[in-house]
Amino acid sequence: MTRKQRRLAFILSGLLVIGVAVGLVLFALSGSITYFKTPSDLADNPVPAGQRFRLGGLVAEGSVKRGESLDVEFRVTDTIGTVPVVYRGVLPDLFREGQGVVAEGRLDEQGRFRADSVLAKHDETYMPPEVAKALEAKGVKLGHGARHPGTTSEQASQ
Amino acid sequence: MSVEIGHFALVLALLVSLAQMVVPAWGAHVGDERLMAVGRSAAIGTFVLVLIAFVMLADAYVRSDFSVLNVWANSHSAKPLIYRLSGVWGNHEGSMVLWVLILTLFGAAVALFGGYLPSTLKARVLAVQASISFAFLIFILLTSNPFERLVPAPLEGRGLNPILQDPALAFHPPFLYAGYVGFSMAFSFAIAALIEGRIDAAWARWVRPWTLAAWMCLTLGIAMGSWWAYYELGWGGWWFWDPVENASFMPWLAGTALLHSAVVMEKREALKVWTILLAILTFSLSLMGTFLVRSGVLSSVHAFAVDPKRGIFILAIMTIFTGGGLALFAARATELKQGGLFSPISREGALVLNNVLLATAAGTVLIGTLYPLALEAVTGDKISVGPPYFNLTFGPLMVPLLLALPFGSFLGWKRGDLRAAAERLLTAAGIALVVAVLAFAFMSPGPWAAPLGLALGIWVLAGAISEVLFRARFGQAGLPEVARRLSNLPRSAWGTTIAHAGVGLMVIGIVATSAWQSERIVAMKPGEKTLIAGYMLEFRGIESGRGPNYSEDRGRFIVTRDGRRTTELYPAKRLYDAPRQPTTEAGIHVALWGDLYVVLGDAQKDGAFAVRLYFNPLVRFIWIGAVLMFIGGALSLSDRRLRVGAPRKSRKPMVVPAE
Repeated sequence: MTRKQRRLAFILSGLLVIGVAVGLVLFALSGSITYFKTPSDLADNPVPAGQRFRLGGLVAEGSVKRGESLDVEFRVTDTIGTVPVVYRGVLPDLFREGQGVVAEGRLDEQGRFRADSVLAKHDETYMPPEVAKALEAKGVKLGHGARHPGTTSEQASQ
Repeated sequence: MSVEIGHFALVLALLVSLAQMVVPAWGAHVGDERLMAVGRSAAIGTFVLVLIAFVMLADAYVRSDFSVLNVWANSHSAKPLIYRLSGVWGNHEGSMVLWVLILTLFGAAVALFGGYLPSTLKARVLAVQASISFAFLIFILLTSNPFERLVPAPLEGRGLNPILQDPALAFHPPFLYAGYVGFSMAFSFAIAALIEGRIDAAWARWVRPWTLAAWMCLTLGIAMGSWWAYYELGWGGWWFWDPVENASFMPWLAGTALLHSAVVMEKREALKVWTILLAILTFSLSLMGTFLVRSGVLSSVHAFAVDPKRGIFILAIMTIFTGGGLALFAARATELKQGGLFSPISREGALVLNNVLLATAAGTVLIGTLYPLALEAVTGDKISVGPPYFNLTFGPLMVPLLLALPFGSFLGWKRGDLRAAAERLLTAAGIALVVAVLAFAFMSPGPWAAPLGLALGIWVLAGAISEVLFRARFGQAGLPEVARRLSNLPRSAWGTTIAHAGVGLMVIGIVATSAWQSERIVAMKPGEKTLIAGYMLEFRGIESGRGPNYSEDRGRFIVTRDGRRTTELYPAKRLYDAPRQPTTEAGIHVALWGDLYVVLGDAQKDGAFAVRLYFNPLVRFIWIGAVLMFIGGALSLSDRRLRVGAPRKSRKPMVVPAE
């Protein structure tokens, strides 16, 4: 092979790899992204039952009910809308009423959100950024303004 | 007072780094040796000054001086000494000081041990390195000053987030930063070489040890982070494809590619342009990682909340260095002379394949990480890209890489014999096939791809071992001869083999634990028993206890297997004193073939406790693999041939450009 042919072979095989990668990326992106919604987003634009998304807001005061075995029910609110959530499993340490939460799962036929993972806030001053932003956009005041030291969030999933 | 000394030292460091940036570069331009020599003392000076600043900050932490805002916000007098120290970099400001400290340490190391470098190249490397320190020092002084005072001084600090109070996490940031920042050396050398307009095999030999050292540290740093997440976060996972993890993983992928392309450049003077580009991109990805983590633009399970002004500042630094580097590359790359020819089937060809695949993989991770940001900016939709995306894109790209890896080391330079290589790898392929068949037969419930993945790991591992055995003429020569040859192998050969074996082990661990993990969530009352993966666990109830700075409720589990007592596990829920924050401590029974992992959940209404149980088969292999990669890198680094400054026989005299 001449130098030119060789270079062409290298470039073509490189393009092949990149082409395959682009295909994979597009395929994977179409199937595995999840949208983030707040309860009032759901009221404005209903999401069909069975479609996966992430629900964010505050855990409504007085809404946490522990059922039989490991079932937990609570309501997520952005003070405008409210969605009931059911979850089975171990909640994160920092899950508390009145605090920010992000749950991932699907709506069932009764309009309840069946979560398969729950992400809670992390220390007294930290709020999942999407929740903070979404609530701010809706004009909800958040009761924290202190400095944010480095914090880590945590997640419960099953 | 000491804190003011620290602040002053940081300001001085800024000025000295300015001198280090300008004077040697001018000296190299006009060819004045004395001006170039300024770079050496300035680099050492900057390092000493930043070290003083760092020590003063650490001292404030150790003495719990709460008149310093940063100490008050992140420390507490009741914390054990090691966590008071690690608290220095457990926050934004302090971690940036550590960043610059490591950066200037690398600069000082070039100044001290770079005597073998041509003086103009050395001067320019130091100048580029200084420009990076300069940018980050301004950043610290303007937006993230750790030495700010708090008046009046409070009596007690707010404490460090308890999940960061952990031995693995205490050392995770220094290693990670040494990796990130270490790639700045490759960047500085690349920019200096582009300015000089001359790059040869010697350049690759000078850059490789620095890149290797950075890569080793990054490997270990990422592994420590993953290990910490595994046992501390209490959900049994070791990697979450989280944006913050990706931020450190992308430079690792690019750095791994750089390490391999630099070999080609050193041995064969080929791939020059690509290697230079990769050096620029690797450090750019490190800067982007710093930006992503430090700006708080990402929603991450490890999110550090920070202020957006800093994000814009780091974004500007990143744009200047990446943009500037790439612009210089575009202007100068065409002037670089092409290197040696090679056929597609050759060691070079295999390394090119390695580079294409690793770079593409880094690209897919980049897209998955940035896509949510881009989409939100454009449409306002908030989305997240989860693990399925990464498994679907990254996974398939690794398959050809791992398949080709053992071939690479058996192919000759310039023109390789694929058939001979295949013959030598027959045993390795046989072992891998047998393992795949056995896994299909005995591990039936699991994804169909898992046995193939397992075989791929075995293939890489066995391939690495075959290589040293072949080099030692195993099977052809007598055993004493083989032993003699093994002990005579250069350390770099051992390094390659051990690092590649580490890759194999890691793949085995990843596949096994992802495919065959068992998980159960049960409600247990004291006295009840449950079974997982052959272990019988008996819950003996909860007892309360006290640690140095926390109180805890500790569950007691007696673990038996086949009627014999294995161990006792104590998963706990802790409540730290400052800040008052609960954490979960998993109870883990560590064994090579798999970890038993128990997490204590909330109390239920009827007196039972939620308990989460995992069995993670072969999960240790993941970290053992990473440690082997580190050891392999260290062996390579200690090889005489590669040691910084070691002269090399049978090489044409170094080209020293004169302008």
